[in-house]
Amino acid sequence: MSIFIDFVLIPIIKILVIVTFVFVSVLILIWIERRFQGFVQSRLGPNRVGPQGILQSVADAIKLLTKEDVIPNQVDRFIFNISPIIAFVTALVVFALIPFGAELNIFGRKITLYLADLNIGLLFIIGFNSIGVFGIILGGWAAKSKYPLLGSLRSASQMISYEVALIMSLVSVLFFSRSLSLVEIVKAQQEMKVWFAFIQPLAFFIFFIAGVAESNRLPFDLPEAESELVGGFHTEYSGMKFAFYFVAEFAHVIFFSALVTVLFFGGWLRPFPNVDWLNFLDYIPPVFWFLGKLAFFVFIFMWIRATWPRYRYDQLEMISWKWLIPLALVNIFITGLIVILVK
Amino acid sequence: MYYFLFLILSIMAVGGVIGMILSRNQAYNALFLVLSFASLGGLYALLDAPFIATIQIIIYAGAIIVLFLFVIMIINLKKGLPQERKKWIPYLAIFLGVIFLFQIIYPVISNLIFFKQQKGIIEGSPLNLGSALFSEYLYPFEITSLIIIIALIGAVVLLKRKGAK
Repeated sequence: MSIFIDFVLIPIIKILVIVTFVFVSVLILIWIERRFQGFVQSRLGPNRVGPQGILQSVADAIKLLTKEDVIPNQVDRFIFNISPIIAFVTALVVFALIPFGAELNIFGRKITLYLADLNIGLLFIIGFNSIGVFGIILGGWAAKSKYPLLGSLRSASQMISYEVALIMSLVSVLFFSRSLSLVEIVKAQQEMKVWFAFIQPLAFFIFFIAGVAESNRLPFDLPEAESELVGGFHTEYSGMKFAFYFVAEFAHVIFFSALVTVLFFGGWLRPFPNVDWLNFLDYIPPVFWFLGKLAFFVFIFMWIRATWPRYRYDQLEMISWKWLIPLALVNIFITGLIVILVK
Repeated sequence: MYYFLFLILSIMAVGGVIGMILSRNQAYNALFLVLSFASLGGLYALLDAPFIATIQIIIYAGAIIVLFLFVIMIINLKKGLPQERKKWIPYLAIFLGVIFLFQIIYPVISNLIFFKQQKGIIEGSPLNLGSALFSEYLYPFEITSLIIIIALIGAVVLLKRKGAK
């Protein structure tokens, strides 16, 4: 019975909680983003359905679910159908590794607030991230039409270039955490009593930019640049499949915010873990700190989207190959040198 | 459970490669290759080598196949690959194939008639692998990276020369 609870019941409940969390926050985030962009750009945004328009995303979701699923004649059916699923599933699976908090005691049973703690956690995430690229590339290719193809070509080269910067910025964090497990990384910050963002500001900077690029958000949203490519890689998609891409994009935003929180801002730890007189902050549950930081970074994602112009394509490639990757290399070198000298 | 996973993954790996050979559509070829690489990664994971498993997926399934797809999308052959012109190529392929098959089958028959899980001597965790690479196998590791860098520089040089013409 105990085995059943530990290995079947609790994981299933955790999965349900995580999936619901992602879906609900995506629905809310879409609304917040549209309202916020409206506010920034001196217009209203959706404000009709429900109080302040909060039910707008629900209405949109119902509309997309019930819409006819149009499949154009020229498409490669199998790949066309499977690519939104790839994008969606890979965006969702990685949430299994995010530690939302430390352990929790419920009815004398220790419950960890993460689904899995792998000793190769970060690599697992990067792996799934690179598989997720297929969803976009194949989706654009399978549509067999001009604009989606251009979108997915751009996406392919963008993803590869920024993935390199992303992984390289992570290496200098690993010098201090000495583990690839996300839980261990947070615990290392607890032991060192400092958030890694303060000892690795450059790595944080590079990681965040690469994260924005990997989730195809605005300054880097060339795969779906509306003003040039109609809808980019998802031009030919409609209804539910389009919704899959849309949810996947927002799930990526949430996921990268969570990752930034875990890697650079102490995960579930309270602010200033080294200042003693702030101890009263410990009474606030760790999950709350985690979600608060997460929300803050999601907000920054939106803020960037609302205020920054889109880069030109050659500028986008140049930022990654000529700035971020060399900077990350220098950062690794200097950090390694300091770690050896201090030792 | 182990046998079951092993069976599924190996069928997927072999099936992926066979599908890749038989299919004439380049994008499907690349996808079959992804399937086969991913299941190879799964097989590594079964052998207690999670690091190698994820690296396999990141490098091969992720980066390399994305580059393949990139090229396929640019070339965009409509009717699939043309027939091979040189008549003797298939015979050479059959000859080499038989030799390689023999090379694989021979150790399998001589060692593992009843295939069982060979527990690794050390667990292939990132820590163990890293310390092995940077102590015992430092020179092979560095030499390999030198070779890769030489290949990289060579590719850039070739491209530059072509561009200058």
